[in-house]
Amino acid sequence: MKPISSWGRLSHEDHQVIPLNDRHQAFNQIRANETQGGIAHGMGRSYGDVGLNPKGALWLTTGLHHLIHFDEHTGRLICESGVLLRDIQRLLIPRGWILPVTPGSQMVTVGGAIANDVHGKNHHLLGSFGDHVQNIKLIRTDGTIIECGPLHNTEWFSATLGGLGLTGVILEAEIQMRPTAGPWLDTESIPYSNLSEFFELADSSEKDWEHTVSWIDCISGKGQGIFMRANPNKELKHAPKMKAEKKMPFVPPISLVNSLTLRPFNFLYRNHQKYKAGTSTVHYEPFFYPLDKLLEWNRMYGPKGFFQYQSVVPRNVGQDATQAMLKEIEKSGEGSFLAVLKTFGNRESLGMLSFPEPGVTLALDFPNHASRTHKLMNRLDAIVKEAKGRIYPAKDARMPRELFEAGYPKLNEFLKYRDAGISSSLSRRLLGS
Amino acid sequence: MNNTKRIAIIGATSSIAEHCARIWAQQGSVELILVGRDQRKLEIVAADLLVRSQNTKIEIVVTDFIDPTAIQNTVDALFTFQPIDIALIAHGTLPEQQDCQSNLGLNYSTLEINGISPVLYAEAFAQHMTKLNQGSIAIIGSVAGDRGRKSNYVYGAAKGLVTRYAQGLQHRFAGTGVNVSLIKPGPTNTPMTAAMKGSEKFATPEEVAKTITAGIESKKAVIYAPAKWWLIMMVIRHLPSLIFNKMNI
Repeated sequence: MKPISSWGRLSHEDHQVIPLNDRHQAFNQIRANETQGGIAHGMGRSYGDVGLNPKGALWLTTGLHHLIHFDEHTGRLICESGVLLRDIQRLLIPRGWILPVTPGSQMVTVGGAIANDVHGKNHHLLGSFGDHVQNIKLIRTDGTIIECGPLHNTEWFSATLGGLGLTGVILEAEIQMRPTAGPWLDTESIPYSNLSEFFELADSSEKDWEHTVSWIDCISGKGQGIFMRANPNKELKHAPKMKAEKKMPFVPPISLVNSLTLRPFNFLYRNHQKYKAGTSTVHYEPFFYPLDKLLEWNRMYGPKGFFQYQSVVPRNVGQDATQAMLKEIEKSGEGSFLAVLKTFGNRESLGMLSFPEPGVTLALDFPNHASRTHKLMNRLDAIVKEAKGRIYPAKDARMPRELFEAGYPKLNEFLKYRDAGISSSLSRRLLGS
Repeated sequence: MNNTKRIAIIGATSSIAEHCARIWAQQGSVELILVGRDQRKLEIVAADLLVRSQNTKIEIVVTDFIDPTAIQNTVDALFTFQPIDIALIAHGTLPEQQDCQSNLGLNYSTLEINGISPVLYAEAFAQHMTKLNQGSIAIIGSVAGDRGRKSNYVYGAAKGLVTRYAQGLQHRFAGTGVNVSLIKPGPTNTPMTAAMKGSEKFATPEEVAKTITAGIESKKAVIYAPAKWWLIMMVIRHLPSLIFNKMNI
């Protein structure tokens, strides 16, 4: 038994860690665990309990880190599920191929990216990670192997994509890479002073810019922030220079994110970004993964950890719902360090439980102040529910079951594909088993 | 003249060895010979290396790690047409100390696979490299070989055997064209240690492999990986028994 936390560091309970490192032997290791079932676990970058299973088995997939085949002509990559997106990017970008979609951290596994159907800053153009997966090899706890994709065994594919690891353990995947000229991006940062301006910028940028995202100051309640957009640079071809990674060296005794630090941080960050406003050419790593350089940044929230709250609401109510959420946060004084606001494009995800849908997504971090924080999140839930939106399970640790059911109308269909030997804290909380 | 380096890796499916192979493959103009016991596992590693570096020549050799005749034949075969420039001897297992105490069979096989087997491989490579007066032998020992501790002294004793043996080889080859490096990794976050408490704080196999390949390149006699273990183990080696025996390590 070994204590395991997820990225939000809200719990540190014992798990029976079973490392998988031979894809041909994995079926022997994932036989249904007698007491509690098991769940696949990769880099542990999910914030809440989707990858946790206290007292039960965790099938650690990071030992499945082998590439299997890459076709330089078609850009098809076949790899094991424990391969990191970082390693794929660093290996293949110099060879002219990039992952079409990546989340805000590249320190995640391919299996995790599929199980949570992650999205990036280019959703309006390329959808989510699953839109580029051609094949998944899944192993069930009864030993059967299922291969599925957008053109074969499609119902299994749709259940497994964003399926929170509950349909089986993902062993291998085939991904369609995208041609790229190199690692450089032409970026532009534009300050905005209210939500209307944000939406104008989002609307006018989606056609001509591949990547769009914004940081929003959720302390002042005004809806001001910085809009960032980027396109690949097609000319520069320098070899990328990597800065050394830094680590948060220890867990401070209290959260460094508190009422004393939040206001000055938000103020300084806003002004720093304003100062930097304008265009520049940057390497893809700091733009796509700004926090990866500070490894283990999650420690700064102190020993009690933190919640992330990410919602998506339909576009027609997007501005009102976002405004209402910002008001609630302002009122509560439970500020968020960095809030991210982005529009999703007009496409439905392929996965039955995939999070992205057309609309506006807001992501917030809250240090864990027990009931105070829960109360705030309950109020945010009410706004999301009213707006007919949903919450991202990969980041969730506490949403009520009825909100999950309301947000994911294909849930009942999904349940047919669950593996009875697989269970997580999240599945027990939201699905009852 | 052919500049391609031929590198033989004994125990090529071990995590640290595999990461060394990835570094070498990406350096280009190398030929890698992956030696191991399990054909299928070797094929997985070879396929991965081929994706990473399509121009690297990769060969697989399946063999035995215990039988002296098999070891002799394997190494002889590697030198049939061309010399080996670097031999990395990397195989081993890490069983529970408690199990070694209660099960003499396991105790024996632990000493055999971690101690005797690497020594026989080193000697076989030494035979050929002596004749050619060139080549590097790199053996993965362990910080556990520096001082016997109650938490893993069976494994540590085998690694201690490797340590003395490597010292002897270094003495023998001093001033010749043959180089011998002894590698002492500290605790590393590999599948072998994944279930251990605190393993996420161990060094990563990537970091360790970087230190190892750089150390072999510069012909260092002893390579602690990460380097900080040199200092830690110097302290531990020199602690008086009176204090050491009270410690729970």
